[in-house]
Parts: sequence; C-alpha cells; structure tokens
Amino acid sequence: MVVVVIGIIRAHNLFAVVMLGGIYSFLLATVMVILDAVDVAMTEAAVGAGMSTVLLLAVLHLTRAREAPLRHAPAIPLLVCLLTGGALVYGTLDLPPFGKADNPQNQHVAPYYLENAEAETKSPNVVTAVLASYRGYDTLGEVAVIFTAGIGVLILLSRRRRREMIVEDEGGSKHDA
Amino acid sequence: MMRDTVILRVVVKLLLPAILIFALYVQFHGEYGPGGGFQAGVAAAAAIILYGMIFGIDEAQKVVPRRIVNTMIPLGVLIFAGTGVASMFLGENYLNYSPFASKPVNGQHVGILVVEAGVFITVASTMLAIFYVFGGRADEADQRADEAGKKGGEG
Repeated sequence: MVVVVIGIIRAHNLFAVVMLGGIYSFLLATVMVILDAVDVAMTEAAVGAGMSTVLLLAVLHLTRAREAPLRHAPAIPLLVCLLTGGALVYGTLDLPPFGKADNPQNQHVAPYYLENAEAETKSPNVVTAVLASYRGYDTLGEVAVIFTAGIGVLILLSRRRRREMIVEDEGGSKHDA
Repeated sequence: MMRDTVILRVVVKLLLPAILIFALYVQFHGEYGPGGGFQAGVAAAAAIILYGMIFGIDEAQKVVPRRIVNTMIPLGVLIFAGTGVASMFLGENYLNYSPFASKPVNGQHVGILVVEAGVFITVASTMLAIFYVFGGRADEADQRADEAGKKGGEG
C-alpha cells in the first residue's frame, strides 16, 4: 500500500493515478478480509475500486489527463498533513489494545447481538441482523444520505446543461458556455 | 465510448448475466453470508454501467430508462421508511419488524428482506443516475469537440 501511495504521488499522468487508486482500494479490501470484516471488504472493493474508478475515468474523459503544474509551495500543505497525521497517531496511543475481549466496544451491546441475533432474526450473518434490524434507524439514515447525495449531484449537473441549451437556443452560434 | 472493440463486446455480453446473478445472490444471500442491499446495489449498477461503457450510454438507457432510475431513487427510501410506518400501524415501534408475520422471528425475516430491497433500489439507481449524468456530459463534450473539429476544418 505504501508503494502504491508513493506511486500516486510521483505519477503525473492522471490515468495512472486513477488506476493506482483502484489498486489501493483492492489492497485495503484484502486488509479488511484479513481483519474478518468481509462485508466491509466487499463494499470497499465494489465502491472504492469499482464505482469510484469508473466515475473518475468518466471525469478524466471530460478533463485533460495530465496533472496541472503546481502554482504554490508544497510546504504548507505538507505541514498541515504532518500535523493532522501526528495528532491522529497521538490519539491512537490512548486506544485500548487491538482485539482484546474486555475492550469497551466488545463489552457494550456486541455480546448481546452475537448471542441473540440468530435466534431473534433468523439471520446467521450478524452483520446483516445488526444493520437491518437492530440498528435499522442508522441504515435508514444511511440510505437517506445516499438519496440526498444522488439528488444533489443530479441537480448540480443537469442544471448546467439546461443553461447551455438555453444559450444555444438564444445565441445559435455561441459556444462559449 | 468503445463501440468498435469486438473482444470487449463479446466478453461483456458473457459477463453481464453473471454479474447480475451475483448481485441478486449477494442481495438475497446477504442474511446468510457477507453482503446485503448496499453491495448488491453497487454490483447491479456496475453491470449496467459496464454495458453503457461498451455499447454507449444510449443503449444502456434503452435497458434502464432515465425516468425509471430517477423514480427509483426516492422509491427505495420510501420503501425503507414505509416499512417503519407499517410496523407502527401494526402496533409496534418504528422499524420493529416483529408484527409482519405470525411469529416475531419470521416477521424480522420479512422486515429485513423488505428493508434490504429498499437499500438495493436506492443505491443501484443513485449510482446509475450519477453515471448517466457524467456519461451524458462526456458524450456532449465529444459532440462539441467533433463540431469544433468540423468547423476548424471548414474554416
């Protein structure tokens, strides 16, 4: 994954960057499989490696495939990245050790779900039971988020086109939109 | 986009039914194995997008017209939210699926299926709608480039 990220930084051809991004998503998906989070891995592979790569390729079709030259010094963004990364790493120092059974997140409602999910919902996959039944509200919110995002993109992108059509109707030969 | 590559066309035609069946498998097997409405929706949308990329967006819109996609986006949310309202009418809390069948366990089963169907519809149609809009713009850009090229050639 580190190699891929360095490749993304060094590559100036945006097509290669998009492909490397897809590879990065697939590697992340395999990490999720190793962590036994198969549902998350599937989502990462489908959305991260599949959908976003396709959409970025569609965007590349609309723009140029070369990176624009930098117009400002890279020092300040680098400093911001290092500070944020450092703060996040500092934050992880306080987290409980990875995967221990008596960690707080394994003590709260997780044991209840694991013990009762199959009996109460007839669904051997606890992830589905939690997503669709126990935490149905959250999933409803998630769907609403996707709905709003989709509607927002649709409105943004189709409004521009209507204006272009008006310009074409009025001006005839004006194509500066 | 890439209409004249024979290998791509044949391979895509072979792959399409497999992708769609895999999407349905992920959808309905999600209760027993990994997967669910979200992943299945993305997979189904990916099948149509693949078709659109190889055979052109117009062909894809003949299979799944834009109007259907646009009605499906809110339809999925409505199915999900409507399930909650239905369970309220049956005398339970919002989004408690127990009263949908004679036994609470079976009710949960039905509820999860319906809710996952809602997720599937919204996710698949949103992905498709975004692709249609982007692809439509790309096609327009192509046409504009063609026109500009013609004008340049004439002038």
